[in-house]
Amino acid sequence: MTTVSNRQSTDIALMAHLLRRAGFGATRDQIDKYLEKGYEAVVEELLNPDRLPMADEDLMDRYFIASVEARSAGHADPQWAWRMATSYKPLEEKIALFWHGLMAVGGVKLDHGLEMLTEIELFREFGLGRFQELLQEVSRNPGMMFWLDNQNSHKDAPNENYGRELLELFSMGIDEMGEGAYSEDDVKTAARAFTGWASKVTPPPFFLGPFPMEFRFDADDHDDSEKTFLGQTGNWNGEDIVRIICEQRATAHFVALRLYDYFVSDTPDSAEIERLTDVFQANNGEVRAVLREIFNSDHFKSEAVRFRKIKSPSDLVFGTTRLVDRFEIPELDSGTLANYTLFMGQHLMNPPSVEGWHEGEEWVDSGALIERINFASTEVSRLDARGVQRMLDRVRETGDELNSEQFVDACLDGMGAIDASPRTKSILVDHAERYGTPWEVEAPDSLERAIEMFQLIVSTPDYQYC
Amino acid sequence: MASNGSTSNGTNGSNGSKRKNLVVVQLSGGNDYLNTMVPYQDGLYYDYRPNMGLKGDDVIPIDDRIGFNSHMAPFKRLYDKGMMAVMMGIGYPEPNRSHFRSMDIWHTAEPSVSSSEGWLGKVTKALDPEGTNPVTAVNFGRGLPRALAYPGVSVASVGALDSYGLYTGLAGAGNRDALLDTVSRIYQPMSADGFPSQRILETGRGALDGADLLREAPGKYKGTIEYPEDNPIAQSLKGVAQVTSANLGTKIYYTAHGPFDTHTNELINHALLWDQVSEAVELFWADMEEQGEADDTVMWIFSEFGRRVADNGTGTDHGSGGCAFLIGPSVKGGLYGEYPDLSPDAQLEGDIQYNTDYRDGYATILESFMDLDSEPILNSKFSQLDLLAV
Repeated sequence: MTTVSNRQSTDIALMAHLLRRAGFGATRDQIDKYLEKGYEAVVEELLNPDRLPMADEDLMDRYFIASVEARSAGHADPQWAWRMATSYKPLEEKIALFWHGLMAVGGVKLDHGLEMLTEIELFREFGLGRFQELLQEVSRNPGMMFWLDNQNSHKDAPNENYGRELLELFSMGIDEMGEGAYSEDDVKTAARAFTGWASKVTPPPFFLGPFPMEFRFDADDHDDSEKTFLGQTGNWNGEDIVRIICEQRATAHFVALRLYDYFVSDTPDSAEIERLTDVFQANNGEVRAVLREIFNSDHFKSEAVRFRKIKSPSDLVFGTTRLVDRFEIPELDSGTLANYTLFMGQHLMNPPSVEGWHEGEEWVDSGALIERINFASTEVSRLDARGVQRMLDRVRETGDELNSEQFVDACLDGMGAIDASPRTKSILVDHAERYGTPWEVEAPDSLERAIEMFQLIVSTPDYQYC
Repeated sequence: MASNGSTSNGTNGSNGSKRKNLVVVQLSGGNDYLNTMVPYQDGLYYDYRPNMGLKGDDVIPIDDRIGFNSHMAPFKRLYDKGMMAVMMGIGYPEPNRSHFRSMDIWHTAEPSVSSSEGWLGKVTKALDPEGTNPVTAVNFGRGLPRALAYPGVSVASVGALDSYGLYTGLAGAGNRDALLDTVSRIYQPMSADGFPSQRILETGRGALDGADLLREAPGKYKGTIEYPEDNPIAQSLKGVAQVTSANLGTKIYYTAHGPFDTHTNELINHALLWDQVSEAVELFWADMEEQGEADDTVMWIFSEFGRRVADNGTGTDHGSGGCAFLIGPSVKGGLYGEYPDLSPDAQLEGDIQYNTDYRDGYATILESFMDLDSEPILNSKFSQLDLLAV
């Protein structure tokens, strides 16, 4: 029987925690490989995806033919789902999902798959860099301009939609009472400053496939009169609005809070968020710097936040898919992965509104929980999948005979060093006892028993947390 | 009018007779009130809506001032049957124009403080205090609306009724009973250190208990109404009809349709949405008649806000104040409240002023229809509107 020292098992659990948060979880084998590099080196690798080779887009294009110049959001999501399910640069996808939820553009209105994939690529490229640069890019993004109606915002008739959501949902935020550190006048001023910012008119995406959307600034339709925004007066254009927004402490606080919610815990810790706000400001608003601070902090590493975040549907679907590892190449089945996140309440490339999704416990209503359990229990039953074979190997390698506690622990460890509460574990142990103890590797039902334990583990409330 | 206190469970109405169904339809995104109930004789309306103003055949007159949008012909038929109350100028003080915040205000019945407790979650708790029936409230659609969220209240949230349940797709699951047995033990709500949280445990409990009940509903349903496959709100309302006829003790039904966020292309998009909603609602009421449920059912249709009085060229921006509909044979049909004055002095920052508090509507449904004490649910006493023939 393999034994691991306490130190080793602590390191394993911590690495598993990091990969569940900075990515979509990892197999037990992957955790071992990462451990060889050391925790801080892994943090740097995750934070710098551009240092690793690019994803094989040719492979995806070959198999997801409809995703090439995708006509609708529904044609585009298999591409992204594949990346989330297989990327060896998981934080690149996780941060893209973060910004997609925060600066949400929905296929219900912008049903233009090519543009949707362009947006996700924008989030990959700029999502870990300076927030100001990201916000400038987003403000020049033709899909966003269309989504929030800025192409209909004219010098003599400004449309407030972009100005309002830019302040409320993308940068400064409102408190729980609906109040922001800005006024209605600031919203109107921002709208005026963004007049003339629009997407170029492109032919409709039918018959010939979609045309790439392009940003266009129309100086003739831009209100270039003097404006006062957040107390600063000048002849402001959209870039100035973004710059002034990014000077605000409220913006730093907003981004720090949202990063904390997404990467650390569903229960905000105000002292920690204040600290991260300082880090954001001290580093020119670089997201990478804030995340580095998060992942290397004692707070993030502490038991207090482990398994305290509800998995989003993407965490659950792509995490389980990575564990099971059944796709060598993109195939028909992998193209349907995004459907499962949809059934669980997260329609990729089509968030319910511009405010994205309500995260945390709201993910898990009774309908969604049923979808989660059905999906995950089916996946871990796939005997022909490489990942399931490796999970079984791990249990077998633990010992030829395992008492019920050892058997449950071996299954949890084999599934990516996950954990469960003492109460849940004791019920799982009782379940193992149904079929007698010890579990024996040579017994005819050893395989079925292990699979059944995997099915149960993914059905637990504990598995809903990351 | 107060509730008669502690009914033991939620399977019967507290008056001891038949159960009552409340069906809530949310129009997500902010329905444009002015182009729903059109003030077609008001010159100001056309002044403010040079591009979006509806006239001539685009309006179905109700009286000599107000008409329905022409894409609401089925609503006019329900109105003519005397079973639809239109609440004009409904809203709340100090309107918020964020979708997010305003929807929360409607969901929590709290305009001035932030709350995560939904008014219908509280109603569900009042109807079934011990949580004995996991399908007292059923949501048709993805994700749970905040209106139904309340600690300790389980709400079934259903995509498709016929395949609802645990391990139903597991290949060769000879072990399904063993799995269900253990899963059922794990999802026992009990105080712990917060991991897994009480809420997740209760959700699991409700999911398990509700699943088997709901999966049976389509099999028990016998109806002849054909709901169009390509109309999502019609499909959701068909699910509602199936569950009402299965007698599971469900009292609260929730569903949503949208997006009504018509900043652009409003004439096309708003019309399409109302084609879908009004067709679905009329079919649903025909079905309720057929199922013998109509007299015990009311439907409440609302949106988080109306839109700006002036159009922006091809659409309308976020506004405040709007309209809501209460429909059912027990409803005293008609127009209620006053049509808001569109004159510049009467406007609130370019929006209409509300004249009826939305919580008066809630309070009326709760007291007059559901026979519940509205005060603990709405945290205050609100006016009773004379909308229901009881």
